[in-house]
Amino acid sequence: MADEDAGRRLTAAVHDLDARGLLCPLPVIRTQDRVSGLRPGERLRVRCTDPGTESDVPAWCRINGHRIIGIERERDEIAITLEVGGGSS
Amino acid sequence: MLAARVMLDQGVHVEGLNFFTGFCVEGHTHAIRRKDQAKPKRNNALWVAETLGIKLHFIDVVEPYKQIVLNPRHGYGAHLNPCLDCKSFMVGRAYEWMEPRGFDFVVTGEVIGQRPKSQRRDTMPVVARESGAGDRLLRPLCARHLPPTLPEREGWVDREALYDFHGRSRKPQMALARHFGIEDYAQPAGGCCFLTNAHYSAKLEDLWRSRGARDYELDDIMLLKVGRHLRPRPNFKLVVAREEGENRFLRGYRYRFTHLRTLSHEGPLAMLDGAPDEGDLELAARLVARFSQGRDAERVQVEITVRGREPRVLTVPPLPPSEIPAQWYI
Ligand code: SF4
Repeated sequence: MADEDAGRRLTAAVHDLDARGLLCPLPVIRTQDRVSGLRPGERLRVRCTDPGTESDVPAWCRINGHRIIGIERERDEIAITLEVGGGSS
Repeated sequence: MLAARVMLDQGVHVEGLNFFTGFCVEGHTHAIRRKDQAKPKRNNALWVAETLGIKLHFIDVVEPYKQIVLNPRHGYGAHLNPCLDCKSFMVGRAYEWMEPRGFDFVVTGEVIGQRPKSQRRDTMPVVARESGAGDRLLRPLCARHLPPTLPEREGWVDREALYDFHGRSRKPQMALARHFGIEDYAQPAGGCCFLTNAHYSAKLEDLWRSRGARDYELDDIMLLKVGRHLRPRPNFKLVVAREEGENRFLRGYRYRFTHLRTLSHEGPLAMLDGAPDEGDLELAARLVARFSQGRDAERVQVEITVRGREPRVLTVPPLPPSEIPAQWYI
């Protein structure tokens, strides 16, 4: 039960960003704008279709001190989950 | 990149800014076309920032940049590139960005004489003045040819350790890059955006002419980057995908444009921009059939979806090449 609650809390804390159909660097720009309104530790799941995002969003995270939690691929879609880091960006 | 590296070498804290105008030549241009998919799809600005170990901020300037493209005070370069206005605009934006964040000056990689129209000795003060940055604008690669700026006078940077590059040759930059151990250093020779491209500029002019107004939306200028563009009649234009990557890209625009695709044969997706009548739609269908696997068939089924309506099917003979004049290609 406790585990379930923790799981639910975690799911609830993941914000979503739909960047499908956008070409790089737009998904990165939208990610940057969204992250600037989140607090350290919060998570964002970015859904995209441009294959370039698979390298660009992680690169942007590395540069600006955010952490990649996971990358899922399904057909033409890529979902990147990141955790907001402590420094400002 | 080199200018930032020179600053880092002097112990200056540097952060990068990348302006998104919509005309940028970037990774997505490769991502669209499948033939380029073997190339790494990295974003150059991100790569530079990561190589230098600095932060990078993207700034979306699509809307304000329109005024620069549409009404450049200093006119255009060889094509529709308003380089001098563009530089002043970007330095101005950088200056506005840095002030509230506690930065002291703006750095660019400009070199006197590098570009015949926009990087000359007499244009350097123009950019400094019109951007509003004044003597808080430092060009480390050619600073020693220019009067000392505030950061030099205040001793924030050592003028003696800055450079005196000038002229079109990029050899000194290449040597400096090697000195810093930067591999894979490549500066764009033709310019940083599609506006320096003759074909792209022709398509943009065609867009303005056909609409009777010099204006654009982001979708318009993104669409100009892909596909074959044909204008068979003044009132409509067709954008035909050339391969699967472009098909995928154009699919994203399906709901915003009238579009056509072949049903009986493999073929490209095509977007139609303009106000076609019934005869125009049939002509468009015959053209799309021409670019499909059914180009030699007697008849090809083409599905047409007029924006906001149900799809319908036309069965048409593909247009023979002899009936596609070269002037139709924009
Ligand atoms: S080539 Fe560079 S300076 Fe010239 S208009 Fe394009 S982005 Fe601006």
